[in-house]
Amino acid sequence: MKRELEAAAIALLASVAIGSVLIMLYGQSPAHVWWQMIARTFSSEYNVGQVLFKATGLVLTGLGVAIALDAGLFNIGAEGQMVAGLVACACTGTALPAGTPAVIAIPACALAAAAAGGAVGALIGGLRVWRNANEVITSIMLNEIVAAVALAIASRYIFANGTTTGLPIAPGAEMPDLGMAGSAANGALVLALLLAAALWWLRARTTWGQALRTVGADAEAARSVGLGVGRVRVLAMTASGALCGLAAVNFVLGDRHAYEQSAGAGTGFFGLAVALLGRQHPAGIVASALVLGLLTSGGLVVNDLIPKDLTTLLVGVVVLAITCASAFVRRTGG
Amino acid sequence: MTTMIDATLTKRYAGREVLRAATLRVESGSVHALVGENGAGKSTLVKIIAGIVPADGGTLAIAGASRALARWDRRAARAASVGIVQQHGAFAGTLSVVENAVLGSEGGAMLDLAPVARALAKLGDEIGLPVDPWARADRLPLGVAQRAEIVTALYQGAKLLILDEPTAVLAPVEVDGLLATLRRLAKAGTTIVLVTHKLDEVRAVADAVTVLRAGETVARIEAARDRSIASAGDAGTTWPPSLDVRAIARAMVGADVPAGDKIEAPAEVAPVALALAKVGVAGALHDVTLEVRRGELVGIAGVDGNGQRELALAIAGLAAHTGRVRIGARDVTGAAAARRLAAGLAYIPEDRHHGGLVLDASVADNLALGRRDITGAFRIDRARVATFAAERIRELDVRPPDAHAIARALSGGNQQKLVIGRELSRPALSAVVAAQPTRGVDLGAVARIHDQLRAAARAGAGVLVISADLDELLALCHRIFVLLRGRIVGSAVERAALGALMTGASG
Amino acid sequence: MIDFAAAVITGAVPLALAAMCGAITERAGVIDLALEAKLLFGAFAAAAVALATGSPWLGLLGGMAAGMAVALAQLGCALWLYADQVIVGVGLNILALGGTRYLLALLYHEGANSPELQSTFPPIAGNPIVWLAVAAAIAVPLALARTRWGLRLRAAGDRPDALVAVGVAPRRARLAAALVGGALAGAGGAQLSLSVYGFVADMSGGRGYIALAMVILSGWRPGYAALASVGLAIANQLAHKLEMWVDVLIVRELAHLLPYVLTLLVLAIWGSRRPPPASLGKP
Repeated sequence: MKRELEAAAIALLASVAIGSVLIMLYGQSPAHVWWQMIARTFSSEYNVGQVLFKATGLVLTGLGVAIALDAGLFNIGAEGQMVAGLVACACTGTALPAGTPAVIAIPACALAAAAAGGAVGALIGGLRVWRNANEVITSIMLNEIVAAVALAIASRYIFANGTTTGLPIAPGAEMPDLGMAGSAANGALVLALLLAAALWWLRARTTWGQALRTVGADAEAARSVGLGVGRVRVLAMTASGALCGLAAVNFVLGDRHAYEQSAGAGTGFFGLAVALLGRQHPAGIVASALVLGLLTSGGLVVNDLIPKDLTTLLVGVVVLAITCASAFVRRTGG
Repeated sequence: MTTMIDATLTKRYAGREVLRAATLRVESGSVHALVGENGAGKSTLVKIIAGIVPADGGTLAIAGASRALARWDRRAARAASVGIVQQHGAFAGTLSVVENAVLGSEGGAMLDLAPVARALAKLGDEIGLPVDPWARADRLPLGVAQRAEIVTALYQGAKLLILDEPTAVLAPVEVDGLLATLRRLAKAGTTIVLVTHKLDEVRAVADAVTVLRAGETVARIEAARDRSIASAGDAGTTWPPSLDVRAIARAMVGADVPAGDKIEAPAEVAPVALALAKVGVAGALHDVTLEVRRGELVGIAGVDGNGQRELALAIAGLAAHTGRVRIGARDVTGAAAARRLAAGLAYIPEDRHHGGLVLDASVADNLALGRRDITGAFRIDRARVATFAAERIRELDVRPPDAHAIARALSGGNQQKLVIGRELSRPALSAVVAAQPTRGVDLGAVARIHDQLRAAARAGAGVLVISADLDELLALCHRIFVLLRGRIVGSAVERAALGALMTGASG
Repeated sequence: MIDFAAAVITGAVPLALAAMCGAITERAGVIDLALEAKLLFGAFAAAAVALATGSPWLGLLGGMAAGMAVALAQLGCALWLYADQVIVGVGLNILALGGTRYLLALLYHEGANSPELQSTFPPIAGNPIVWLAVAAAIAVPLALARTRWGLRLRAAGDRPDALVAVGVAPRRARLAAALVGGALAGAGGAQLSLSVYGFVADMSGGRGYIALAMVILSGWRPGYAALASVGLAIANQLAHKLEMWVDVLIVRELAHLLPYVLTLLVLAIWGSRRPPPASLGKP
C-alpha cells in the first residue's frame, strides 16, 4: 500500500513539474496558473459542480479500466464502450413513453447503457481469449467502428429531424440535478460512488474479486488451483465495458437530457489515467477522478492563460509518470 | 600433463548453500566426468566455471592461471577458451547455426557467413559431428542441435568443453557416437568435462570422475592408466572396467540412509485412490498405467526430463493427455483442473514459482487460494481464513509466522510449505500428486513436508510422489516405479536396483 | 486508374513506414505501441520545420528526428526504468495527441490547423518519402538478414542471453533498432503533413494501431508488413470508390470504417498464426 502511494506521489510531482515547464514555455507563470486553476474553481459553486460532473464520468470509466487491469487486460476501448452506452441510453430514453416513472425509466436507460458497453467489452474479451487477438488493437478499432455506427443510429432514431440534436428523453429518465448553480453535476455522482463502494467490496471481500486478481497476478497459479482463466478474462472485459457504458448516464440522463454527439469525449481515454493513478483501487480511483476532474475543468477555467490541450498532454505525462514510478518503486524495494 | 581446471567453489541460493567448497581438478586433454544426483550441485558448478553464474566464494584456476572470481563472467570464460553446451541449448532459435556462431564476432558491418559456414561444416566432418550450418536452430531436433553447439564451441576456440547432461536427449546409438567423439577430441587435446548421471557412460569414456553430493565433493576417482587396449573408435564394450563403477555409485547416493518412520502399507483390498490407464502426453509420456491405493505412498523415480512434469500436469488436468485417469471412483478423463480438484485431488506442482503460488500475494491469500471451503462461496469469511492460515502456519512452522507477509519474501522451503499446507488440508482428499515436493527446500522443512505427506496417506488418501531424489522416495514410499523416457520401466524398493533402472544401465 | 494507384501509394506510405518501425522495434524485443505518437510528432515536426525554413527536405529531416526522439523516450522508460511497455506506448500516444495540439497553440496560436505550407514535395514520383518507403521495404529485410545490426537485433528479440554471452548488451541492439524504426515512422508522419500542406490536429487517425496489426499479421517481418499496408490501402481506396458509386446512405456513413473492420477481421482470423519474438516485452 505504501509503495503504491509513493508511486502515485512521485507521478503527480513529476507531472506538476513538467506541466510547469510547459506553462513557462507558453509565457505564463506556473505558480500563477496553478493557483488560478484552484482558486477559480473553488471560488465558484458552478465550477466545483463541473469538477464533480467530470469526475463522475471518470470514476465510472476508471473503475471499468481497473477491472480489466485487475485481470491483466488493457481496455483502451473505454471511449468506444462509453459511446455505445450513450447511444443505447439515449435510444431507450427517447423511446420510453412520456409518463414513465423515474423508478423504471432511469434503471431501464442505465441497464441499456451497461448492456451496450458490456457487449463491446465482451467482444474484445472474446477475441482476446479465443482468437488471441491483442486487445489494445481490437479496442481501438472498435472505438472507431462504434463511433460511426453510433452516429448512424443516432441520425436515424435520436436526432430531431435534420438536426444533430438529440430528441429529449422521457422526463422520468432525467437524473436529478445536484443543483450546483446550474452546473452539470447530477445524481449520477451518487451512482458512481455507490458503484465504487460496491466494487471495493467485491474486489477485496469476495471470492470473485480474489479470482479476478489472481488471474491478473499469475495466470499459471490461477490455472493450477482450478480457476478458469479464459472465463474470468471475458467476464472481466464485459464488466469493464459495462461500467464504461454506464458513464453515459452522467452525460445523457444527467446533463443534456438528450443525446449529444461528443458528450463526455475523452472520459474513456482519461479513464486509463484514472485507473493507473488510482492503482486500480476504488478509493484511489475516486481520488484520482477528482484530481483529473480538477485538471480537465481547471484547464477550461484558465483557458485564457494556457490552451486547454495542455490538460490532455498532462494526462499522457501522468500515465507515463505513474507507470515509470511504480516500476521504479517496485525495483528499489519500495 | 597440466591441470586445466583447479577449482574450489561455494555458492548460495536464497540462503541455502548449493555448493560447499566443492572441488574440481581436471587434467588437460582428459575426459572428466562430474556425477551426482539431482540437486547435488553439478550444473551450478560448471555454470560457475563457464562464467554463466557468479560464485559466492572460492578460487578458480584455468589452464594454470588463477582467475579473479569477481570478474569471471561469460565473456571472460570465452576469452579463456571455456566452452559450454547446456541442457536446454543456448542458441537463438530463429537464427541459423552459422548466425549463432558469429554472433558477437561478426567481423564487420556486413555479414560474410559463407566462409564461417564452410569452416563449421569442415570442422564438423573432421570430428565426426556433421552439421548443417544453414539450418535454423529451432528446427533442429535436440540431438542435432546439440551437435551444432559442440561444433560451434570448438570453432570459437574452446580448449575446455563442458557438456551438461548431453545424452539426456539422445537415442542410444547417438550416445555411442557422441562418446566416441568426445574421446577423439580429448585425444586431440581438448579437455572435456562431462556432467552426467549415467554411470555406463562414465565407465565408457571417463579418465577420471568427481562425485558431488549435497554440494560437496565426496570422491575423486581416476581410471587405471592401461587404456592402450582400447582403440580410438570404441566406446564401452571392449574396455576393461578400469573404473570401479560400484564405488562411484556408492559415493553418489551415499551410505544407506536410516529408513525413517515408514508407515504401514495398506491392505491389498484398500480401494483405489488414483488410477492411470495408458496415460500419454504428446512427445513426452507414453502408456503409463499404475494404481495408487488409499493409504499408500507410491513413488515415481527418475532423472528430470523423462516425463515427470507431463505426468503431473496430465493427472492434474493441466495438460491434454490420452488414456484415462480415475480419482477414487470418478473417471475424470477430460475434466478440467477445477473438477479434478473437486473430485478429491490435491496437486503440488514441481515449480512453486510457476503455478504453485502467487508470489506478490500474502501468505494467507496463498493458503486460501482456490479454497472455497475456507473462504466461502461468495463473501470471503475473513475470520475463517485467518484461523485457517494461523493453523497452517503453526502446523508447518512457517517462518516468519506472519499471515500478512508477502510470499515472495519467504525462503524456498517456507514457500513450499504454503503450497503443501494449502493442498494437503483439502477436505475429503482421495489422491495427492506431489511433484518434486522438497526441491530447493532446506532440511528442516523437508522433514515437515514428509510428515505432512505421510499424514495425508494415514488419513486415507493415495499419495503419488514424483521425485528425482531417491532418498526421499526410499524414506516415504511403499512402492517405487521408475520413469525413463516417458515410460514406466520397472519398479524396485532398493537403491541399487533403482539406480540401475534410472540410469538405463540394466537391460 | 492512375489516380487510384496514386491515392493508394499516398495512403500506403505512412502506414507502411509505421508498420516497418513496429516490426523492427518489436523484432528486437520491445513492444511498440507508440506508433501513433511517432506519426503525430513526426507530422508536426515536419510541418513546423518546413514552415520555419521553407524547405520540405528539412521538414522531412525534422520529422525523422522527432520520430527518433519518441523512440528514445520510449526505450528510456522501458529499458532503463523497466516500466510496463504497453502502458508506455499508450501513454506516449495520449501525450502526443495533447502535445501536438498544445504545440499548435504555442507556436501558431491555432486550434486545429497549422498555417499552410508554401512548398512541399510533388506527389508520388518526385516525393522522396515515397522512395524512402520503397527503399526501406527492400533494404530493411535485407539488412535484418545480412548485416551485423540485423543479426544482433534478431538475437536481442529472440534470446538476449545469447548476446550477453558474447559480451554484447541487448540494450544497444534494441536502441539501434528503435532509432532506425523511429526515423522511418517519423518520415511516415512527415508524409502525412507534407502531403496536405500542413499539420492537422489528430491527423494520424489511428494509423499507428492499424500499423501494429499489420506487424502482427506479417509475422513481424518488415517487408511483408509493408506489403500488408499496401493491401490495406488498396482496400481503403476501394471503399472510397464504393462510397462514391453506391448511393445508399448507410454505405456512405460506414464505408470509411473498412480499414478498421478489416484490421479486426485480420486479427481475429489470422492473428495468432505466427508467434512473436520470443523475448518480446522482457527487458
